[in-house]
Amino acid sequence: MPALWLVVIALALATLGFFLGRPRALATGGGDIRALHSRPAYYGWNVALSSLVPAMGVLLIWMLVQSFVVNSTVAADFPAQAVPEDQTLSLVMSDVGRVAAGIDLAVRRGVISETDAQNLQVGGSNIRDLLAQVGKPLASDVIEPVLTAAQEYRALASTGNTLRGVAVLGVALLGFGFAFLRTNSTFRARNVVESGIRTLLVLAACLAVLTTLGIVLSLVFNTIEFFKIYPASEFFLSLTWAPSFGGGSELGIAPLLWGTFYISIIALAVAVPIGLFSAIYLSEYATPKVRALAKPLIEVLAGIPTIVYGLFALLTVGPLLVSVFGDDGVGIMQAGTAVMTAGLVMGIMLIPFVSSLSDDIINAVPQAMRDGSFGLGATKSETIRQVILPAALPGIVGAILLAASRAIGETMIVVLGAGAAARLSLNPFDAMTTVTAKIVSQLTGDADFASPEALVAFALGMTLFVITLGLNVLALYIVRKYREQYE
Amino acid sequence: MTDATFSDGGAKAQGGSLTAQDDRTRRRNRAETRFKAYGIAAICTGLFFLVVLVTSILYNGVGAFQQSFVNVSVYLDPAKLDKNGARNIEDIKKVSTFGYAPLIQNALLEEVAKNSIDTPLEKAKDMKNLLSASAAAEVRDYVIANPDMIGETVDFRLLASSRVDGYLKGRVSRESVADDKNISVEQLDLTDQFRDAGVISKSFNMAFITGSDASESRPESAGIGVSMLGSFFMMLVVLVLSLPIGVAASIYLEEFAPKNRFTDLIEVNISNLAAVPSIVFGILGLAAFIQFMHLPQSAPLVGGLVLTLMTLPTIIISTRASLKSVPPSIRDAALGVGASKMQSVFHHVLPLAMPGILTGTIIGLAQALGETAPLLLIGMVGYIATNYPDSVASGFVDPNSAIPAQIYQWATRADPAFYERAWGGIIVLLVFLLTMNIIAILLRRKFERRW
Repeated sequence: MPALWLVVIALALATLGFFLGRPRALATGGGDIRALHSRPAYYGWNVALSSLVPAMGVLLIWMLVQSFVVNSTVAADFPAQAVPEDQTLSLVMSDVGRVAAGIDLAVRRGVISETDAQNLQVGGSNIRDLLAQVGKPLASDVIEPVLTAAQEYRALASTGNTLRGVAVLGVALLGFGFAFLRTNSTFRARNVVESGIRTLLVLAACLAVLTTLGIVLSLVFNTIEFFKIYPASEFFLSLTWAPSFGGGSELGIAPLLWGTFYISIIALAVAVPIGLFSAIYLSEYATPKVRALAKPLIEVLAGIPTIVYGLFALLTVGPLLVSVFGDDGVGIMQAGTAVMTAGLVMGIMLIPFVSSLSDDIINAVPQAMRDGSFGLGATKSETIRQVILPAALPGIVGAILLAASRAIGETMIVVLGAGAAARLSLNPFDAMTTVTAKIVSQLTGDADFASPEALVAFALGMTLFVITLGLNVLALYIVRKYREQYE
Repeated sequence: MTDATFSDGGAKAQGGSLTAQDDRTRRRNRAETRFKAYGIAAICTGLFFLVVLVTSILYNGVGAFQQSFVNVSVYLDPAKLDKNGARNIEDIKKVSTFGYAPLIQNALLEEVAKNSIDTPLEKAKDMKNLLSASAAAEVRDYVIANPDMIGETVDFRLLASSRVDGYLKGRVSRESVADDKNISVEQLDLTDQFRDAGVISKSFNMAFITGSDASESRPESAGIGVSMLGSFFMMLVVLVLSLPIGVAASIYLEEFAPKNRFTDLIEVNISNLAAVPSIVFGILGLAAFIQFMHLPQSAPLVGGLVLTLMTLPTIIISTRASLKSVPPSIRDAALGVGASKMQSVFHHVLPLAMPGILTGTIIGLAQALGETAPLLLIGMVGYIATNYPDSVASGFVDPNSAIPAQIYQWATRADPAFYERAWGGIIVLLVFLLTMNIIAILLRRKFERRW
């Protein structure tokens, strides 16, 4: 039974529970609402939640676990000698999954019957044609062990689905019955419902911790895998990045880190002065009318998706820079994709980030300090430079660090605008590449996830995560430690 | 003492009057003006960048909403299309698009003759480059749908090739096609003549908005419709998951959570997650949802799950802010008349905070809609937005792309004709974002309450 139907049935059961639990409570109280412990609706909610929530929990956990269990069972049963020489088990398993899904689809569309599907032979009917017919083309012919495994896969999955339906509906009915039988006028329904809801709220709040945990675990495990097959010293110390999917790659992170930092520095060199001066002008000089117009307009820049900036870098800024610095002009730029292109565009993206954070911080400096400075005869700019900026400095440094962490983690602009060559160069008009761009390129190919060329992306992700997290923590620390306390 | 200072007072020491500025004052005033000018310059630079960005999007992207079509009457030759003459649908289906291409090319030759156009191109084959590779398929589909029309002459409005289209839009010039094997200068001349004769014309390109992605060789028939559907399904997943979970988490943290280590941990986690680069969420999606749980690759469901995790911190932060802005007197009043804590929150605080929560959610959704990097890692790239999903359920699990991923896909293809599509896709994306943001602003304006 499809999961969607289970959800619909459980929902229907819950609705039924609500409308049965309510009158039952009233009936046990003799129809008098004052005889009940809680308001009648709570009795209804109690039955509804008791049948719905555990059932949905079971369904969710089942869905998470089932495909994992099925896959590992089938993979364990797969004869090791049947794995073709040029492939690995995980590649074969993805083939198995595709064949199984294709046969399922063919049965659903009515191309073949269920019994025919179970009796498919490698020789007889051509499975490849069948799968192509339902829109699941295969790269090569199906070999015997793959078909056997696919059939085992289908059998396990269908048993699993049946069991899932039984389990979910069983739990829903049990919860329903239990809560329904408990319903009587002295039952403390409100307390039970409220503590149930509170548990749900806590669970929702825990999702943030779970997400962090998921990120850390998925990064750490795969990074460890990577360092098992590729020496960590080479990764951190080697100065060349030359992955080749045939093997014998050199995977040194240094050129990528250099590209990342170079681009970020250019971006900050654009964003910090512009952003800071805009913030100063908007908060200290601008009339309310100008502020009301200019501030949202600059913040529009922050709402534009990064893919737009990426395209802007690739197709507008890059060619523009080439026409000035390229062979027809200064002659130091080979192609439109370069550190400068990506840095400039990223700088534009970061302007509103720096300006709105600094704006908040400057506005938080108390008016008394300005008045004091004016009273001593300072001009506005002297007040800003010698009183307000020093007072706001920790906050501004924090804002710049946050912007730097944004720049380091930015992906689409560098994927499209910075080029793909990993090199250590000082020329800002050379194409270079970054950590994020290489994560994308190493993980979007058809590479096998067990190869060092794909696993390196997780080590790169780990590096990125540690650096950005470090910058964020540092920014918070600076703000907290050096913040002036005015009151 | 005071007398002494008074006697050689400031005015005397500087030797001037109060109305005339001395050097130092002038210097300070100049510094003041300069400082102010820096500020104005910074604002203007920021606004200048915005204007350049918007202009370049509009200038490059508007072309994608126009498309060149060839209006031609094709004689559906029975001798070619249905040799047996039995009008058996299976026989007709056997004729591939290669059988149809000459018919269309001949029809174009006839147009040349009919409009008495003078051109060195005399062979039917010379017409091939004027037409899109999908033109023959279009005619074939028509014939298979209407087998009775074989033997008749039917008016068709067929896609012109991307070079012809680019020429009419000014993207392709006579110089740029010098060594292009896909079109020749003579064919461009003929295009001009055809345009004057009304055979080739430009019109609004509905297929771009509703259509599907096309192969590398047919930029003229690529559309963004299917990936729009992919984005829609993803946003549905994000909305259904992140709104309730985000609101529940915020209510707990804002209203119920005791001050202890555990809630501190949650708070730190949320603020850190908001600053984690989006690509890291892509890695999480790849490792957790695809490698570990074996959810289908490239599916909007997985994309939606990843974007949900990414959007949750944004929604939680804005929801907490709007819960915080509901004054404590509301809670106190509810508790005072005997409501439980839970009742005071769900019956009084939450409804009052709802406009703020919705605004935050819409802004979070807009952010998620424009996000690209995590989608690349879970495989929403490649020619996967070529078919509409069969049903609503398969819309969630069938491989699909999303608007930003589709734009990225087009931007990385070799043919510059795809760049126009990419810019056009950006216009579509920005229209959605703009609408969502305007709705959020209107909601805030209409329901915002100052206590």
